[in-house]
Amino acid sequence: MREKLVIVGNGMAPGRMLEHLFEADPDRYAVTIFNAEPRVNYNRLMLSPVLSGEKRYEEIITHGDDWYAANGVTLHKASPVSLIDRTARRVVSANGIVADYDRLVVATGSTPFIPPVPGHQLAGVVTYRDLDDVEKMLSMPPGSRIVVIGGGLLGLEAAAGLRMRGMEVTVLHLSPTLMERQLDPAAGYLLEKAFTERGIRILTRANTKAILGVERVEGVELEDGTRIASDMVVMAVGIRPATGLAKAAGLAVNRGIVVDDQLRTDDPHVFALGECAEHRGMCYGLVAPLYEMAQVLAGTLLGQEAAYHGSVTSTKLKVTGIDLFSAGDFGEGEDREEIVLRDATAGVYKRLVLKDDRIIGAVLYGETADGPWFFDMLRKGTDTRPMRDTLIFGQAYQGGAPLDPMAAVAALPDDAEICGCNGVCKGRITGTITAKGLADLDGVRAHTKASASCGSCTHLVEQLLHLTLGDAYNPAAVKPMCGCTEYGHGDVRRLIVAKGLKSIPAVMQELEWKTSCGCAKCRPALNYYLVSEWPGEYEDDGQSRFINERVHANIQKDGTYSVVPRMWGGVTNPRELRAIADVADKFAIPTIKVTGGQRIDLLGVKKEDLPAVWADLNAAGMVSGAAYAKGLRTVKTCVGSDWCRFGTQDSTGLGIRLEKFMWGAWTPAKVKLAVSGCPRNCAEATCKDIGVVCVDSGYDIHFAGAAGLDIKGTELLCHADTEDEALEIIVALTQLYREQGHYLERIYKWARRVGTDSIRAAIVDDRMKRKHYFERFAHSQTFAQVDPWQERVNGKDAHEFAAMAEFGLPVAAE
Amino acid sequence: MTDWIDIGALQAVPRRGARCVNTPNGRIAVFRTAEDQVFALENRCPHRGGPLAEGIVHGASVTCPLHSWVFDLATGQAQGADEGSVRTFPIRVEDGRILIAPDVLMQVAAE
Repeated sequence: MREKLVIVGNGMAPGRMLEHLFEADPDRYAVTIFNAEPRVNYNRLMLSPVLSGEKRYEEIITHGDDWYAANGVTLHKASPVSLIDRTARRVVSANGIVADYDRLVVATGSTPFIPPVPGHQLAGVVTYRDLDDVEKMLSMPPGSRIVVIGGGLLGLEAAAGLRMRGMEVTVLHLSPTLMERQLDPAAGYLLEKAFTERGIRILTRANTKAILGVERVEGVELEDGTRIASDMVVMAVGIRPATGLAKAAGLAVNRGIVVDDQLRTDDPHVFALGECAEHRGMCYGLVAPLYEMAQVLAGTLLGQEAAYHGSVTSTKLKVTGIDLFSAGDFGEGEDREEIVLRDATAGVYKRLVLKDDRIIGAVLYGETADGPWFFDMLRKGTDTRPMRDTLIFGQAYQGGAPLDPMAAVAALPDDAEICGCNGVCKGRITGTITAKGLADLDGVRAHTKASASCGSCTHLVEQLLHLTLGDAYNPAAVKPMCGCTEYGHGDVRRLIVAKGLKSIPAVMQELEWKTSCGCAKCRPALNYYLVSEWPGEYEDDGQSRFINERVHANIQKDGTYSVVPRMWGGVTNPRELRAIADVADKFAIPTIKVTGGQRIDLLGVKKEDLPAVWADLNAAGMVSGAAYAKGLRTVKTCVGSDWCRFGTQDSTGLGIRLEKFMWGAWTPAKVKLAVSGCPRNCAEATCKDIGVVCVDSGYDIHFAGAAGLDIKGTELLCHADTEDEALEIIVALTQLYREQGHYLERIYKWARRVGTDSIRAAIVDDRMKRKHYFERFAHSQTFAQVDPWQERVNGKDAHEFAAMAEFGLPVAAE
Repeated sequence: MTDWIDIGALQAVPRRGARCVNTPNGRIAVFRTAEDQVFALENRCPHRGGPLAEGIVHGASVTCPLHSWVFDLATGQAQGADEGSVRTFPIRVEDGRILIAPDVLMQVAAE
């Protein structure tokens, strides 16, 4: 019979401990977890990006329901444990669940410390600890006045996130400088300046006397009498190990639950892990030591020789745009020397504290790339005398090495730690890249966990990929959009949403574009992202569109244009055909060609004739076919059950319905659809962006095909029983692509980048999400379904179609 | 010295855009930047003859709509790795009107 392992608490430390445990021996224990929170395990380090809007909750889940199921773990959600009965070896939860244990792990974490000032129990006083806290903060409308008490790591991340959400934020900090436990006063000053520049008010030496208000928070009063009006107060003064349960059970508790080097409490059947544990007088609140403990405890539980010896920690602030690194001890003292480098213009400050020629502390602000190198020397006690003169300039300057940005990483020893959160060293990463044939960041994250937690070492991991794979590494995920910015497409999209940016100049200003006016690569992309994100609010910028989308026709090699009217589902009639023939005669259009998308192309139209050509086509009921657009192009169909003896469904009808619903929508790149009436697939649906193959029982929905530069068959997304369901799925899929796709990235490339599983999870598995995407598409369409030809026939953008001035020879001669 | 020739109002050209002036022997593209600077170039890319007036205008540059060559509007020189240049013509703005040098039309016509 398997031994019973019960875990109280479902945070990051026990999650990691179980991973080690299952990796070594999946069958040793039957595991039961009690979680006070009503959800699965997520990455608490990433709460700040969720608060700021740079990530969503779904993106920070580390162990989903399927993980618990796959590993046979019983997870009781929303079930805080109320009692540990050590005699009976049994725990009881507040909601009455009883579990017996052979081994018990207490991982209750910590609780935020709330100073007992008057008013601290008012509604509107929140802490910053879990997702519920984040949701409370996000329930406040933008413009709310929020006071954050505590200018440490947590308080500052909260302040930055709230500011990005448009709140009016004031930070109250007791000490004279921010983050005084991790930073010296000089770096604290630079940090304060950076926050002030973001519009966050910082009050140091601010001692809170009372929180004011009757039922809800109305303000904060300081000892010196200052009053600050406020709609919400975020308490971030510190955390305390959560030891109440252990204390009640009679376990030895000082500040935390006392454990030995094996993480064992004074009861041999009970262990403590994470922030609630006290080891050699130390309690830890950073993730790296907790993960080290997790590994040791997994070993102990497996009966191995494992021991925890305490940790040296380093800190990074996770606020986009502020680079800050600190490690070790940086107080001044007689036996200590320091090396300082400042560059005021660049906002760089670096300070190393040395004792006996060895680094014992490091503070880096503004430029943190050498942080891991200094930290490595700190941990190893490396003698710095040989490089003393150039030490502060960083690794690239040592030993006369050239200024190759990769040199620093290349020179790191294999045991140098790259990922502090997960304790992953360089050799493990490069070894895994080779052994598993990894090609990208996601692969490294999946196999080693490096850069999978806070993400601040992402750049280093990418350099390792580059070093290991050489030119075979294609860092598409991080490539800047263009020379105008350092941000990649994904970052720009996220920041547009997070910062609520609603115009191209706003994006360029807020994201610090390096050019005044962008370029032909970024402007169309930005215009699309804004159109897609803010339907009805953002005014389309024609001057940031390629000529084809600006004049709604396709430019040809000789500067003439081609015109393609919509032919819904590829079906036409004599009236339309007559109108096309007449227009070709009237304007002497030289070439008429049937396209691959089942419609008719009129080639060689002069630009100045375009509005008149469109007027005639409009008169016959035809609208723009958008053959020029990064948008819905064609829906190719076969004749289906109407005519074909093999047809199973009305494929033509569904094709027309799809095209009528989706026309006018802008997308990251062109979108081509097809509907085939039976698996013989005459409409060639299985090489389209989205294709439907009708079968007797309904509709097989395919996506992510390609038949251009790349040839790729589609993948089956799912089966729909009814036409309505098929429409909803296809529309929702398109909307997900509209929201996630990078500009000019076709559906198959998007699917490869984000993974088809994540697409299935959003569109197929989760009905609510599907509906949500469908509705967003439908809302956007209320602004998009305007025929651009008709608009121009009625005079819009008339300047496009006429010369500014004409000069004949006689005029010029005058 | 003859007077400069009025070809239209500054407002007639969209910011970050261009319009053409037709002459018997070719088109002149008149560009207006975001900062209301005005430039005149031959409307023909030296690469494959693309109509530069249809390109995206960014800063004081334009990207050709056919194959994305980029030209400096002030000098007519191709930027980046591409080599080539486009003719530029004297142009100025006065009281909200765009004026080109009188000999420009003759120059174009003479070719």
